[in-house]
Amino acid sequence: MLTIKRVPTVLSNYQEDSGESRGCGRNCLGKCCLPVSKLPLYAFKSDARPEISSCGVDEPPSDFFLNNLLLGGWEDRMSRGLFRYDVTACETKVIPGEYGFVAQLNEGRHLKKRPTEFRVDRVLQPFDPAKFNFTKVGQEEVLFRFEAGEGDKARFLESAAVGEANTPSVVAINVSPIEYGHVLLIPRVLDCLPQRIDPDSFLLALHMAAEAGSPYFRLGYNSLGAFATINHLHFQAYFLTMPFPVEKAPTQRIPIVKGLSQSKVKVSKLLNYPVRGLVYEGGNTLKDLSDIVANSCICLQENNIPFNVLISDSGRRIFLFPQCYAEKQALGEVSQEILDTQVNPAVWEISGHMVLKRKKDYDEASEEYAWRLLAEVSLSEARFEEVKAYIFEATGLESEEEKIEPEENKGTTPHQSSTTAAAAAANHFPEGCLVLQ
Amino acid sequence: MVALTIPSIGRRAENTSPPSAAAEVMAGCSLRLIEQSLTARYSDWIAEALDEIQGCFLITDPGIAGHPIVFASRGFLAMSGYSREEVLGRNGRMFQGPATNRRSVLEIREAIREERTLQISLLNYRKDGTPHWILFHIFPVFGVDDGRVAHFVAVQVPIPRRSRSLSEARCGGARGRLFGACRNEVRSDCDLGCNLAADLFVDVDNRGLEAEESREASEQEKERASDAANSILSALTHCSKLTGRVVSSKRCRVGGIPTLSSSLIISLGRIKQSFVLTDPQLPDMPIVYASDEFLSLTGYSRHEILGHNYEFLNGPDTEVEVLHQIRQSIRAECACTVRLLNYRKDRSSFWNLLHVSPVRNASGKVAFYVNVQIDENAKSDGLGLSPHMRQLGVVGAVKVAVRSLSLCAGPSRPSS
Ligand SMILES: Cc1cc2nc3c(=O)[nH]c(=O)nc-3n(C[C@H](O)[C@H](O)[C@H](O)COP(=O)(O)O)c2cc1C
Repeated sequence: MLTIKRVPTVLSNYQEDSGESRGCGRNCLGKCCLPVSKLPLYAFKSDARPEISSCGVDEPPSDFFLNNLLLGGWEDRMSRGLFRYDVTACETKVIPGEYGFVAQLNEGRHLKKRPTEFRVDRVLQPFDPAKFNFTKVGQEEVLFRFEAGEGDKARFLESAAVGEANTPSVVAINVSPIEYGHVLLIPRVLDCLPQRIDPDSFLLALHMAAEAGSPYFRLGYNSLGAFATINHLHFQAYFLTMPFPVEKAPTQRIPIVKGLSQSKVKVSKLLNYPVRGLVYEGGNTLKDLSDIVANSCICLQENNIPFNVLISDSGRRIFLFPQCYAEKQALGEVSQEILDTQVNPAVWEISGHMVLKRKKDYDEASEEYAWRLLAEVSLSEARFEEVKAYIFEATGLESEEEKIEPEENKGTTPHQSSTTAAAAAANHFPEGCLVLQ
Repeated sequence: MVALTIPSIGRRAENTSPPSAAAEVMAGCSLRLIEQSLTARYSDWIAEALDEIQGCFLITDPGIAGHPIVFASRGFLAMSGYSREEVLGRNGRMFQGPATNRRSVLEIREAIREERTLQISLLNYRKDGTPHWILFHIFPVFGVDDGRVAHFVAVQVPIPRRSRSLSEARCGGARGRLFGACRNEVRSDCDLGCNLAADLFVDVDNRGLEAEESREASEQEKERASDAANSILSALTHCSKLTGRVVSSKRCRVGGIPTLSSSLIISLGRIKQSFVLTDPQLPDMPIVYASDEFLSLTGYSRHEILGHNYEFLNGPDTEVEVLHQIRQSIRAECACTVRLLNYRKDRSSFWNLLHVSPVRNASGKVAFYVNVQIDENAKSDGLGLSPHMRQLGVVGAVKVAVRSLSLCAGPSRPSS
């Protein structure tokens, strides 16, 4: 077993007393309270009419979901003091350079927490009711339920009874936000799903991006082993009104000869970016796009390859990054200097938004540092091609491989990510990093 | 319990469907704004002047909510197959479709946000649903008086399918085989020596076009776009002198009230409720932004209030203690919610549910205060949200816009 020690981020105010369950009567999201509760409900239009494929009629700016429901609710929780700090008081800047990495100084995010041990060599682990999970969250942290409705209209109920028969999906605040509007989407919270992508949950996340309707409101997913800290299915989302470096990176279309003719989904490879990844876009419907990405994720899960997903451009563009940082960290292959900054390269960091804990690191943050950190996350070219082949096989795609010209890859050190290397590196581990065999 | 349907949230309907009822209502409201957008600055002569310029182009007004098209050239309408009424008042994204490259759209979005010129190849769709490649050349036009973007102009030059040599290169070389589903068409196209019939065939069939990752414009096309851009710019500049509200292709720095970047104005314009921003750095905390809804609530026009202190809404019966409370919370950089009697321009009074909140910029400092007004007697938004939640929604949206946009220090306003 391969584990690392790290300071977990507190996502909920109820996380501190994880372990022993505080009986109830405190309005939590568990089976005891949720079914008898009333929550605001946003039901999105779920019919399968073309959605992402067409952007024709420009209806009035669609600000209800995002501005009123999400941001209004978030601001309300802020005025009630539910967050651990005011993220808008945290200094943030664009790191000078070609890519425009964004750095934030956040000294409060990890205070007062001891490192916890995380197993990093298993992407799929069973749900453990004894550990902290979102059923223990208090309802005041929930903004609204987010579920598929019927017909072709979105619906909002200011207060809807949950009932016994329902397994509500909820949007809750992240009490340690990395930007304004940072929330968690927790699909079917009562079902206690482990952190594992399934097609329905992934489609739900895409719907949330589409409902928000702003290219600056993105969703992200971290698998276990790729810096998810809670093994209870959740996506994250927040607002940042500028393009992420990864969204600006050039891409190269992978010519597909078989498998996509109907859906019009396009698959590309990221170029000139420190982390290798696949980009999915297009498709006749949101579901077309969702299914192929979800199946790609499922393939990675089943092959025990940790990964991160960025849902960008209102659900129209999706980035998939298989990664190997935690494994390298556990094997003692990450430089001490990088480890010292304590940045965990999860989906937001990989996309180019770095949250730094030390003033010194913030002041000195350079594009070169960001690049070096992220290069450690990436699979090697050879391993990436291997993983891509698994994905294509699993999703029934066939590419015209031999036609892709090799591209230059600035600064990425080739690294063979392979669990078999575990034994070899067993003699030296950096501080805060522990390997149990 | 309140149950309501929301007709227009985050929805993108089909290219070809007619504008929804909601869109029509909205177009009705801003129709006057759209009609006057050009004439107010360039006089009544502008339509004639623009009609003389050949080619396809659109003009948009970033100052109107939704950043709508306010002019479409005849050439553009012929090319796209839409009538003028179908495009005026709508956003340029209506011409995008399933195979439009999203990274190209991102580049256009960022050029608008950063208020700069951009030339890029783009796949757009005509009214009948057929795609076509265009060279898209967009540039801002700045008002000399306030240094703000008055309009954006986008010139579009069709990029035809290339003649024989290029087609051959594509078919024979590596690139030709990138086209997946359309390979056969492309090949047969080559066999036919790329005659016009084959061109039409592929175009009508669409698949060929949509499978192309990009279509490079020739130097000639780029030149045509730049030439048209220059003609339009000189027509706009010339006509703007007739009204005295002169425009230029370069931004002029102006003293006095620092202007907000037009990208911040675009973001704020999306927030469809009554609010103003005031700037605490400036003497007497003047208003630096007012939403359209604020103007219709109070009856003032924008130029009457920008640069003025917010307190002109108060009058003889406004409670002094409440004003005191507001000032105190501003001094403490705190938010406050109050109810007070305010006066419109016509001196009629209304009970104002007012929420005032500090708004921080990217360095974490208070850059503005946002004042959100709700007329107590106005009917609710019909969505079942309390007035207070609606106020907080505005605050949230403003915070996001200011924080992120000051992060990259929009060119209109240097970061302080
Ligand atoms: C003057 C002007 C004309 C535009 N014309 C078009 C157009 O013809 N086709 C198109 O695809 N986008 C056009 N756009 C771009 C869209 O309006 C929009 O800015 C773009 O899709 C990115 O923003 P979004 O993410 O809000 O859609 C135009 C923009 C401007 C300012």
